Amino acid sequence: MLKTTPLNAVHRAAGARMVDFGGFDMPLHYGSQIDEHHAVRRDAGMFDVSHMRVVDLEGPDARAFLRYALANNVDKLTVPGKALYTCMLAEDGGVLDDLIVTFVREDFFRLVVNAGTADADIAWLGRLRDTHAPTLAIRPRTDLAMIAVQGPNARAKTWRALPGSEAATAELKPFSAAAFDDVFASRTGYTGEDGFEIVVPAARVAETWSALVAAGVKPCGLGARDTLRLEAGMNLCGQDMDARTSPLESGLAWTVDLVSPREFVGKAALLASPPSRRLAGLLLLDGGGVLRAHQRVHTPRGDGEITSGTFSPTLSRSIALARLPEGVADGDVVEVEVRDKRLRARVVKPPFVRNGAVKVALT
Amino acid sequence: MNIPAQLRYTSSHEWLRRESDGTITVGITDHAQGALGDLVFVELPAVGRKLAAGEACAVVESVKAASDVYAPIAGEVVAANGAVSSAPEIVNQDAYSAWLFRIKPSDPAAMDSLLDARGYQAVIGD
Repeated sequence: MLKTTPLNAVHRAAGARMVDFGGFDMPLHYGSQIDEHHAVRRDAGMFDVSHMRVVDLEGPDARAFLRYALANNVDKLTVPGKALYTCMLAEDGGVLDDLIVTFVREDFFRLVVNAGTADADIAWLGRLRDTHAPTLAIRPRTDLAMIAVQGPNARAKTWRALPGSEAATAELKPFSAAAFDDVFASRTGYTGEDGFEIVVPAARVAETWSALVAAGVKPCGLGARDTLRLEAGMNLCGQDMDARTSPLESGLAWTVDLVSPREFVGKAALLASPPSRRLAGLLLLDGGGVLRAHQRVHTPRGDGEITSGTFSPTLSRSIALARLPEGVADGDVVEVEVRDKRLRARVVKPPFVRNGAVKVALT
Repeated sequence: MNIPAQLRYTSSHEWLRRESDGTITVGITDHAQGALGDLVFVELPAVGRKLAAGEACAVVESVKAASDVYAPIAGEVVAANGAVSSAPEIVNQDAYSAWLFRIKPSDPAAMDSLLDARGYQAVIGD
């Protein structure tokens, strides 16, 4: 039996095509995922992301606990409201999940974790808590729901839709959050565009969604969310990395603090085994198909594999993330096995698109 | 669900139409295009290729997934619709006018044993 979010009936009433994602019955699209993709790049779209789990950590040991539990360093969070992207690693350095942690108060940090890994994450955090911070409270917030509003006009349309939101968030910097009434809004997202991720009580989320629709924000499904995040060069946990891959071979070295002397779960393993592969972008040069996950990539340094591939609506070209042998350089041309053919692709540095602008050379 | 009564169908979601010259036009059904979502790439069989019934002979790719198209009956390809190669989205707009290829059937009666609209309706179950 699939789980549902508090917006399930709203999606079905809007005629969404539904799909199983991480055990949840979620909208894939409401008609055309390409139209939804363009709405986010050019105007404003929104996604029901209530399948993701808010987990609040409360107690005086919260910061010390997260300093140990997360691969990025929460000591970078010095101002309340500031947020940080990080991986949570196993002892062997594999990626259990990626998440955003927000510093609310010195005794209160908020995590947002992925749907498919949420239960395992909470169990894992519970075990670490028992040994490292026994008084820490870990509270999964199933009473909350979340909407991501994204696009160049996302903030302005949110301000029009939600009373009090402009005063509370007009000065908010990227990767920062503010609370007003019973709303918690972060200037974050998963599309490469500006916007907010808005956490509200589950009981009120349908009302928030309707207000955003009335302000001209287009409902978008997970199909567009995937093409947008891939154009933005953002990893999908469970697809581009998982417990068998390290963040260092997943394009996420920038999120791992190996400089400070602090101990954290997975650190010793990362230091002991330098990566032999890296995650890179691919741009398909030939016609003849679409790059897809698990296609084999032939390079002069050995074979690699595509982890995520799609057709990019913004570029009108196929793009991918691929795990390639170290030594394959940006700009190199490689060959991808697509059915019975080998198609040429160029290795590029993601993102492909950011804030509406194409960031890779197409010729 | 749009399932024209005058066409024949396969359980792998192709439709067939007999033309006045005896050739058979093949496309994918409205149900298939809806399940695939926005199409972005179509690969068609070469004219002159001899197909066995059930042979994978074309590919349709949406943003989401790639899917093979199968020859519903045996025969020789006599035409391929270049319009869908250059603008795959026309299959989403009208799956029954945006045909993929035409076959000269080895057995002119082979098509009659395929599903009619009612039979295809039962296959897709809605």
